[in-house]
Amino acid sequence: MNTVESKPNVKFKLVSILSNAEISPNVFLLSFKRDFTFRAGQVLGVALLPTDDARLYSIASGGNDENIDILYNIKPGGKLTPNLATLKAGDAFWITVPFGSYAGSDEPAYWIAAGTGIAPFVSMYRSGMGDNKILIHGSRTLDAFYFSESLLPDFGSRYVRCCSQQEGEGIYHGRVTQYLEELEDLPEDQKYYLCGGAEMVVECRDILLSKGIPFSNVVAEIYF
Amino acid sequence: MPALQLPVPKDLLLGKTLADLKLIAARLELPAFVADQLAYWLYKTNIQSYDEMMNISKKARLLLAGHYELGVVASVKVQLSADGTKKYLYPVSNHKFIETAFIPEEKRNTLCVSSQVGCKMGCLFCATGKQGFQAQLSSGQILNQLRSLPERDKVSNIVFMGMGEPFDNIEEVMKAQEILTAEYGFGLSVRKVTVSTIGIVPAMEMFLSGSKCNLAVSVHSPFDEERRRLMPVQHVFPIKEVIDTIARFDLGKYRRVSIEYIVFGELNDTQRHVKELARLLNKIRCRINLIRFHPVPNVPLPPTNEERLLEFQRALNAKGIVTTIRSSRGVDIDAACGLLSTKALVRQESADF
Repeated sequence: MNTVESKPNVKFKLVSILSNAEISPNVFLLSFKRDFTFRAGQVLGVALLPTDDARLYSIASGGNDENIDILYNIKPGGKLTPNLATLKAGDAFWITVPFGSYAGSDEPAYWIAAGTGIAPFVSMYRSGMGDNKILIHGSRTLDAFYFSESLLPDFGSRYVRCCSQQEGEGIYHGRVTQYLEELEDLPEDQKYYLCGGAEMVVECRDILLSKGIPFSNVVAEIYF
Repeated sequence: MPALQLPVPKDLLLGKTLADLKLIAARLELPAFVADQLAYWLYKTNIQSYDEMMNISKKARLLLAGHYELGVVASVKVQLSADGTKKYLYPVSNHKFIETAFIPEEKRNTLCVSSQVGCKMGCLFCATGKQGFQAQLSSGQILNQLRSLPERDKVSNIVFMGMGEPFDNIEEVMKAQEILTAEYGFGLSVRKVTVSTIGIVPAMEMFLSGSKCNLAVSVHSPFDEERRRLMPVQHVFPIKEVIDTIARFDLGKYRRVSIEYIVFGELNDTQRHVKELARLLNKIRCRINLIRFHPVPNVPLPPTNEERLLEFQRALNAKGIVTTIRSSRGVDIDAACGLLSTKALVRQESADF
């Protein structure tokens, strides 16, 4: 989630940036040292000042990682991200405590993401939950398969990249929804985790439901 | 060759608070009293153009028109239900549209306004959610749904229960509710304006502290896991936290909190739900509106039957919670709760992923 104000009565704390790298055009990976615990899949609020409204971002780090990684894209005209993107190592910004119940599990499941919606699944993967998962990631362009250099070796054929606007070797050419439409015999007793913008989540959920997946097995997180 | 520059649309004058209008007057070096005159023409009359603002000089009107669109836009379509409900289609911008429902009743006439084009919240049961999100509405575009309504003078109540999640557009909604209830604005009683939310807590706090209008909260299940399946927002703003937040506010004697509860057959209409709802709502003064589920294509949720609905109502009333069943209005024109959608009008170049 990335555009709602901060939770009430949650105190901000100041953290110092370790790195803030543009990993793809207009998409940044922000890192700072971890000094709290969290569950993979949780979000935290980010603000430039404690008086600002915080925006919520999924944590992309594993539960035992030393640092916290936040994946964000620049929203033109936004109050936070264009300024956040100018910060360098050593600069400071404010965070809330992590919260949220979009949590992974050790059971077999499908992880289906679009764009920066990959972040909670990267967190779950880095927390040791990736072994029995099928990861499907949709993006418009080939340079937007964030973390693929680490995901590809570990997931192998269980990692499906769907690119809607460009073609590439080993990449499904089309939207993630199109890929889902073509899948047959999806197990009805597994969980299907969705994360991305509203259009993607709603369309994917409709496809899964039309294929007989009970709605109780569709777990959706929407970036708003 | 330089890139084609599209003209930047002008800001709307409709939807400006009196404080905004004073700033505008100062910025354009107009007399301060022009702000009051503008508020009058914008919110107390039905004028359609700057030319009709007779007590404002022509020079000032030209200056204003050069900087601001008036923002008064007529609906382009109306559908009439057999029960008298009307559904209006308003254009907003860039080929985007919203729907507004006018619901006449014996003792009141309610206007159900939209706050966004589409919605980001993705609730499983909602037709608006199925079209995704296209745009935020400005306060002027929210207010235009009343300002340009043919039945404007008959409207007694406003509910923010149309397309979109109002608290995902809190700044514009706060402006709109101020203008609706201000003496300089439409002059409605705060008791006649209700803003509905699925529970975006920080924005709800802003509303509870900065407005006196009524609040409605969409609960639909008191159980964490079940509500998450129906409403993804539960992952970040659980309903218990929403209710706890409301409980921290002193809402006075007259400000009303309504709990909206769509009843799905044999899913959320059991005795277990009655008990848990009573426990959840114990700490706030509220009433429950039970809403019949109006089936939406490809939504795997059944409506409840009338017998179960009445039994559910009786059981909640027996727990001491005033519980009513909302009349389903405008079902035949898809104007009833959860059915508003302009998906068919959404251009295909919308979000790719």
